[in-house]
Amino acid sequence: MMHNHRRRLFTPARAIVLFAALIGGAQALAEEAILVQSTTSTQNSGLYDHILPQFTAKTGIQVNVVAVGTGQAIKNAQNGDGDVLLVHAKSAEEKFVEEGYGVARFDVMYNDFVIVGPDADPAGLSNTEDAAAALAELAASGSVFASRGDNSGTHKKELALWQASGVDPANASGGWYRETGSGMGATLNTAVGMGAYSLTDRATWINFKNKGDYRILVEGDPRLFNQYGIILVDPARHPNVKVDAGQAFIDWVLGPEGQAAIASYQVDGQQLFYPNYEGPWPPK
Amino acid sequence: MQDFGSAFGLAFGLVLSLDPELLEIVLLSLRVSLSAVVIACLVGFPLGALIAITRFRGRSAVLVLMNALMGLPPVVVGLAIYLLLSNAGPLGWLRLLYTPTAMILAQAVLITPIIAALSRELIEQLHDEYAEQFQSLCLSPLQSVRALLWDARYGLLTVALAGFGRAIAEVGAVIIVGGNIANLTRVMTTAIALETSKGELALALALGMVLISIALGINAAVMSLRLTASRHAFA
Repeated sequence: MMHNHRRRLFTPARAIVLFAALIGGAQALAEEAILVQSTTSTQNSGLYDHILPQFTAKTGIQVNVVAVGTGQAIKNAQNGDGDVLLVHAKSAEEKFVEEGYGVARFDVMYNDFVIVGPDADPAGLSNTEDAAAALAELAASGSVFASRGDNSGTHKKELALWQASGVDPANASGGWYRETGSGMGATLNTAVGMGAYSLTDRATWINFKNKGDYRILVEGDPRLFNQYGIILVDPARHPNVKVDAGQAFIDWVLGPEGQAAIASYQVDGQQLFYPNYEGPWPPK
Repeated sequence: MQDFGSAFGLAFGLVLSLDPELLEIVLLSLRVSLSAVVIACLVGFPLGALIAITRFRGRSAVLVLMNALMGLPPVVVGLAIYLLLSNAGPLGWLRLLYTPTAMILAQAVLITPIIAALSRELIEQLHDEYAEQFQSLCLSPLQSVRALLWDARYGLLTVALAGFGRAIAEVGAVIIVGGNIANLTRVMTTAIALETSKGELALALALGMVLISIALGINAAVMSLRLTASRHAFA
């Protein structure tokens, strides 16, 4: 029980200093940085790794991206946990601005959604271009469908398509309609794992490395259009929003350089996002 | 099964090339989880010892609660810390959300019950042996706690390792409060989750192997430290 008093390497004071350094470490040299609440599709596709270094090189502003489903991204931004919102659910974005959480919404870029499924295509969806008809056919065949089920932009689009198809998949929840409640990539992994059809944005699909024998079965329906929007979180609501740096990012993304950077991002020779800001610049 | 083969290759390649991004992620993982363990031990050891040597009304309820909290779901801890640290939350003014500090806090909350409950168990057994001796020496509870903690130190090291294992392996809490931001709050587990969702299964598995090797290395280091120290003590 008795311990002899050896000379101590670790005095309490030294231990505290060391520990404080361990915990505090990285925050010491915080350059100017903004936080962007965004979607898994933009991150998983690798777009940010391509365009953000160009913006940071030009302005010195670091851009930190939190990639979650659109529903969660909007919720986080409403809580003031972010300076800029870049998501893809236009009506939810407009509601966000109307309710006073955002300053203004601008179109940034678009691509499209596709329905993917196993190469053998047991439900025979590849015969149609009509996305809603394809879903109705899928429901009739009883084939399994993997839904995001997470209130994300892709999930909202999927629900709109079901509504157009006249089928209510909620009745089959847990049966042939499987809601994964996960991000796009995780849902695709699940779909491939259980031979299910799924709706995905094209960018995530092209960049997805676990396709197995899956391929795109339905594409080209105008209803599969996928528009991304960008919004500055309203400083009147959340005074901590970094207005200047956040606006600088929005100006850059919507300006010629940002739009060109988006257009130049390719995976396997395919362009993933198409810039389409058409308003005045700088955006007002 | 070819994923396993290529994962081994990738894991070796990553480690041998000392990939700077991987190094950063590994260092952050260690910084976060080790800090969380230190905090959890500072709270958990004395708390566990105190509960071990005292008898009070409702003690068994406290024990049940402590043991139950060992099973705290990381996602719930993450969510609670998020709500606290969010700008709309009571501690938003600290501006800690999406920083390593928030991740340390979340993991500390997650593992403190584990450390407290396990050290309570350990010290209560020791106290049964020592109780009479303490009484004859007229030690105050504080003195007893100090003596017990010191004598149980090797066992407590294993308790700390159990806490560390839980902290370094969890993903649910750090992904919510850290946000998995590249070069800022991305740790091993959130990087594995991200690569999995990209369908990069081999790379994800390779990162998992690196994580397991690190945990193995830390456990080996602590174990050898313990052996050296105990040899020294009995020399």
